[in-house]
Amino acid sequence: MAAQSQFLITGSVILSALLFGLGVVAFVFKRNIITVFMSIELMLNAVNLAFVAFSRAWGKLDGQLFVFFVIVVAAAEAAVGLAIIILIARNRQSLNVERVDSLKL
Amino acid sequence: MPLLNYLWIIPALPLLGAAVNGLAGRNFPKRWVNIIGVGSTGLSFAAALELGREFSQLSADQIPWARSYFTWIAAGTFRAAFELQIDQLTVVMLLVVTGVGWLIHIYSTGYMAHEGGYYRFFAYLNLFMFFMLILVMAANYPLLFVGWEGVGLSSYLLIGFYFLRKSAADAGKKAFIVNRIGDFGFMLAMFLIFRAFGSLDFTTVFSNAQNMHADALGELGLATIICLLLFTGAVGKSAQIPLYVWLPDAMEGPTPVSALIHAATMVTAGVYVVARSHVLFLHAPTAMLVVAVVGCATAFFAATIGLVQTDIKKVLAYSTVSQLGYMFLACGVGSFTAGLFHLMTHAFFKALLFLAAGSVIHAMGGEQDMRKMGGLRRQIPWTYWAMLMATLAIAGAPGFSGFFSKDAILMHAFESETAGQWLYLLGLVSALLTAFYMFRLMFLTFHGAPRYDQHHVHVHESPRSMLVPLVVLAVLSVAGGWVAAPAFFGGADLFAAFLGPVMGNAAHAESAVPGGNSRELTLAAIAVGVSVTGFLLAWWFYLRGKDVLERLARSFRGVYTLLVNKYYVDEIYDAVIVRPLVWFATRVLWNLVDEGAIDGSVNGVARGTQAIGERVRRVQSGNTRSYAAWVVVGAVLVIGLLLWPLLKPALGMVH
Repeated sequence: MAAQSQFLITGSVILSALLFGLGVVAFVFKRNIITVFMSIELMLNAVNLAFVAFSRAWGKLDGQLFVFFVIVVAAAEAAVGLAIIILIARNRQSLNVERVDSLKL
Repeated sequence: MPLLNYLWIIPALPLLGAAVNGLAGRNFPKRWVNIIGVGSTGLSFAAALELGREFSQLSADQIPWARSYFTWIAAGTFRAAFELQIDQLTVVMLLVVTGVGWLIHIYSTGYMAHEGGYYRFFAYLNLFMFFMLILVMAANYPLLFVGWEGVGLSSYLLIGFYFLRKSAADAGKKAFIVNRIGDFGFMLAMFLIFRAFGSLDFTTVFSNAQNMHADALGELGLATIICLLLFTGAVGKSAQIPLYVWLPDAMEGPTPVSALIHAATMVTAGVYVVARSHVLFLHAPTAMLVVAVVGCATAFFAATIGLVQTDIKKVLAYSTVSQLGYMFLACGVGSFTAGLFHLMTHAFFKALLFLAAGSVIHAMGGEQDMRKMGGLRRQIPWTYWAMLMATLAIAGAPGFSGFFSKDAILMHAFESETAGQWLYLLGLVSALLTAFYMFRLMFLTFHGAPRYDQHHVHVHESPRSMLVPLVVLAVLSVAGGWVAAPAFFGGADLFAAFLGPVMGNAAHAESAVPGGNSRELTLAAIAVGVSVTGFLLAWWFYLRGKDVLERLARSFRGVYTLLVNKYYVDEIYDAVIVRPLVWFATRVLWNLVDEGAIDGSVNGVARGTQAIGERVRRVQSGNTRSYAAWVVVGAVLVIGLLLWPLLKPALGMVH
């Protein structure tokens, strides 16, 4: 059990780090706002995975509790974020993130 | 003794007058301004008379009578109180200042009647009276200095009274700035006195000074340095070489101002300070010698310039400088009483001369150039006779006030041990010059043929408000000397006896004249002979034949040019002091320090900030992805830093 669990946790953390890294790279290099938005979701969920893994490792529920918070925040963020994206798309007829640099709509 | 307990009333009255006229006088009719301005000074004079009467009833141990009103400055062991005192010297000064001041106030109501800024003039004049009274009544050096600076301020305001005229404004500034040089010395003297005696109160300082080490001649000890610094202040205020240059220019002010401030009272403040500090000066023979030499040199030097001046007021200005030199000569040879006596008689006759000159100018409709006068004797007889009395007094005609005072000074100069007879001889020559330039003034103005345009200039005698002061001062000029008439003229030297308690040994030494009456009579006879010579020369030059004068001027062309240009002193000062200072202020202080260093550093900081901002600004591109990249870089750095202790051994294994 111990060795197996150890492997599972290590694997989960490594996977979480990889996913987070992918999210960062996508955030920095992708131009489409939707893709950028998705990469944020990716990073959030990578963190969720790490929370769960560490929660398991320490045998405490705090981490899993935090996951729910993250999911709730992510949902709220999605609602606001998508609204912004729609406005940008309407105003600029484009979803290129580089067109959004005047700090206003 | 009611008034002795209210010493403050005397200076407070003119201050009140100045405040009322100065703050609210703009809307007053002239009559009110007159009542306030002249009334306050008149009441002050009345109070001074009453004070003198009460003072004479005090017993000797009650003098000096001092009243302290409040502590003005307290710092560490230093105390300066607002304290007024009365002693014999103060009584003399008080009566001269308030008496002559009052007469000049009355005169001003006539002289200034048609001038603008009438209320302003009287406010300034009253302010001057206030400060002058503080000066002579102060019981310590700092309070005296308040009066000292205050009269300087009033002088500045009144010289520049016609401030729309650039020359008047410049003259005011010149007077103020030149006086600052002297004031600097005065302040250093105060610091040194405090250091030496731990106090600046007259009583403390002078009683301690009795026991101080007396410097030998040529020794530069404490007493000598203090006295030289005090004298520097006196040189500035009393217009002696080398700081006399402001006084002739001060004639830009209205004539009553010249009479009150620049002849009778303020300029004698330097003599007053030297006489007041005589205890210190008696311990410093070197300083005394300097005082005598500077005074004597000024008396001669200014008299020579006065010979060729054509502006009636300028002649009197140089005459004032010269007469002040006499007073310092008297102080320098140890006869402070004679100096103060000359101060008093000079206040009478020089105030009269200026007021009479003002009356002439008034009669001529503003003309001051004596070359454009002449023959005024019949048109303005009152002015003529008054001015003649003053001229006889200043020239030293026997029996007139100036005769006694000048005679006393010359006699003491003759007897002085330190300087020898040179001071006496130079003083005698100055007396000759004085008689000459004064009668020259009289002849040019009142005698001979009229040289003005008789169709355009309507010569008229001045109003009564101007003539009454002239007559009163004429009486004083004639009779004022008898208070100190030497014994051989059938009078007692009341003046010296009165001042004796203040002047102490200095006065007693004077009364015991070696050689006795015969010597005194001889010296007086010589002085009279010299004055008569001056009179005859002036008569010869200016009434007999005009060609004498022109031939003389032609054959001594160099000397004449030198005199007309006042020895080029103003030009030399301009080249040696003013221009370098202005150059230094402009090029170094303004262009280099102010514009370069101060503005440079302020602007440099601003420009540096701007330049940094210009570069850092590019980070704020608005590009979301670059922000994200920076966040990542930051996060990596922080995490790397936190994990560094863990990573180090791991990296160490790799190497």
